[in-house]
Amino acid sequence: MLTAVAQAIVNGLLIGGIYSLVSIGVTLIFGVVKIVNFAQGEFVMIGMYISFFLATRFGIDPLVSLAVSMPVLFVIGMLLQHFLIRRVLALGDMPQIFLTFALSLLLMNVALLLFTANYRTVETPYSEAAIHLGGITVAVAKLIAFVVAMVLSLVLWVFLHATDLGKAMRAAAQNRDVAMLMGINPDRVFAVAVGVSLALAGAAGSLLMPFYPAYPMVGQVFVLMAFVAVVLGTLGNVTGALIASLMMGVAESLGIQFVGADSGLIVVFAMLLLTLAVRPSGLFGGWTR
Amino acid sequence: MLTVAGVSAGYGSVPAVHDVSITVGEGEAVGLLGANGAGKSTTLRAISGLVRPTGGAITFGGTAIASMPAYRITELGIAHVPEGRQVFPELTVQENLEIGAYIPAARAERRRTLDLVFTLFPVLAERRRQLAGTMSGGEQQMLALGRGLMLKPRLLMLDEPSLGLAPVVTDIAFEKIREIHAMGTAILLVEQNAGRALALVQRAYVLESGRVVLQGSSAELANNRQVQAAYLGL
Ligand SMILES: Nc1ncnc2c1ncn2[C@@H]1O[C@H](COP(=O)(O)OP(=O)(O)O)[C@@H](O)[C@H]1O
Ligand SMILES: [Mg+2]
Repeated sequence: MLTAVAQAIVNGLLIGGIYSLVSIGVTLIFGVVKIVNFAQGEFVMIGMYISFFLATRFGIDPLVSLAVSMPVLFVIGMLLQHFLIRRVLALGDMPQIFLTFALSLLLMNVALLLFTANYRTVETPYSEAAIHLGGITVAVAKLIAFVVAMVLSLVLWVFLHATDLGKAMRAAAQNRDVAMLMGINPDRVFAVAVGVSLALAGAAGSLLMPFYPAYPMVGQVFVLMAFVAVVLGTLGNVTGALIASLMMGVAESLGIQFVGADSGLIVVFAMLLLTLAVRPSGLFGGWTR
Repeated sequence: MLTVAGVSAGYGSVPAVHDVSITVGEGEAVGLLGANGAGKSTTLRAISGLVRPTGGAITFGGTAIASMPAYRITELGIAHVPEGRQVFPELTVQENLEIGAYIPAARAERRRTLDLVFTLFPVLAERRRQLAGTMSGGEQQMLALGRGLMLKPRLLMLDEPSLGLAPVVTDIAFEKIREIHAMGTAILLVEQNAGRALALVQRAYVLESGRVVLQGSSAELANNRQVQAAYLGL
């Protein structure tokens, strides 16, 4: 019993690392640009297909193709902000929601057209490898994904707190007009924020590829968890999203283990409703931390 | 140095200031007085680029700035300390000051300017690790002033630095502004508290319903019956 609990917690933390990359991206865009990106999961999907094709065509390991998917998605993010999001920012909530929702549907359907609905997997030497600690099994591919996710989160935190551009991003998130008075060009800072967010989604995609199949709708799985984590972690709070994602992963995993294989989400949404009832603003304070 | 010539500006289709002309010379301290809603803040926003003028011209050091984005105008050396302080609440005091020196020219001298600001406002040095949003109104005003100074501005525009401050704290704030001016920075001071403003500036303009209705030296305005009745409570 105790081993089963420990196993479930370990599994949950490992997948929670992936959730955190997606939710940090969502919360960063929301915190800085003030827009809810419903298409974030589709950028995970794009990251997966990038790694899938680099693996099948050129035999490049997904962990290596992270170095391709992240910059490619960073650039896509900059372009997305510059050509689409920027144009709807002044228009209010509805056009913004329609924009990212339409983008999500568009990307899923384009993927369906180009790649079919088939599940695509990549076999790596470590895909089936596992470490045994006591009675607990740790899948190597998931462990690597978790560690890289935590390192990327840490790098983002350092960027936000120790670089001028990162501080400018936090300043622009808190007060766009006054940020301009400081000499900060909000268009530039917003484009970088969206670029970084999408790069994190791309990283999640590449990290998933060794142990998770790619298919056109795969992003939906992750974006759902990400949105729950973003709300629990307080909208716009990067560290909050990280911690909440790990909690979500564990809650889901415990649900699967002890309620039923299809019941992981029941526990997750029960947690969401409970939190919203008790602390509607999420578990953590505002921005920055 | 700063010339505002016949500028009109507003919000949406609602005009807030009409045909406003003011000048500020190198190192000068100039006041902009008027009742609530007269258009003082809008005038400052038009200068700093937060509001796009619908007519007229603004030049700073010979450069036309009326159609520049706000972040470019900042690079020319105009610091705008906005009404209500508007520090970044979830940045620390030190981070707020660092952001004040974001433009490349100011960034190069950031350490030295920071020391100067900490000397001028010792309370900011004590509170450097504190989140700005958790400080008192007076401390936030000092921070907003310090953040403006971090730019090493040629012109410092202050929008109602006394707003919401206790009289003793206002005294301190005005003393600091006087020190800043004495260091050679030109100042454009917006105030409802005309008595305090006239004690500090050399010249002033009086705005009423978005128009300049009076202008003159501080002494002239302080002795003007209209000003005494309307703004000095005499
Ligand atoms: N953000 C805004 N949107 C619409 N109208 C505004 C805004 N800010 C100010 N106004 C209007 O513009 C006029 C001038 O305001 P303002 O420049 O703030 O005056 P002051 O600073 O002298 O109190 C007022 O009638 C005010 O109601
Ligand atoms: Mg005002």
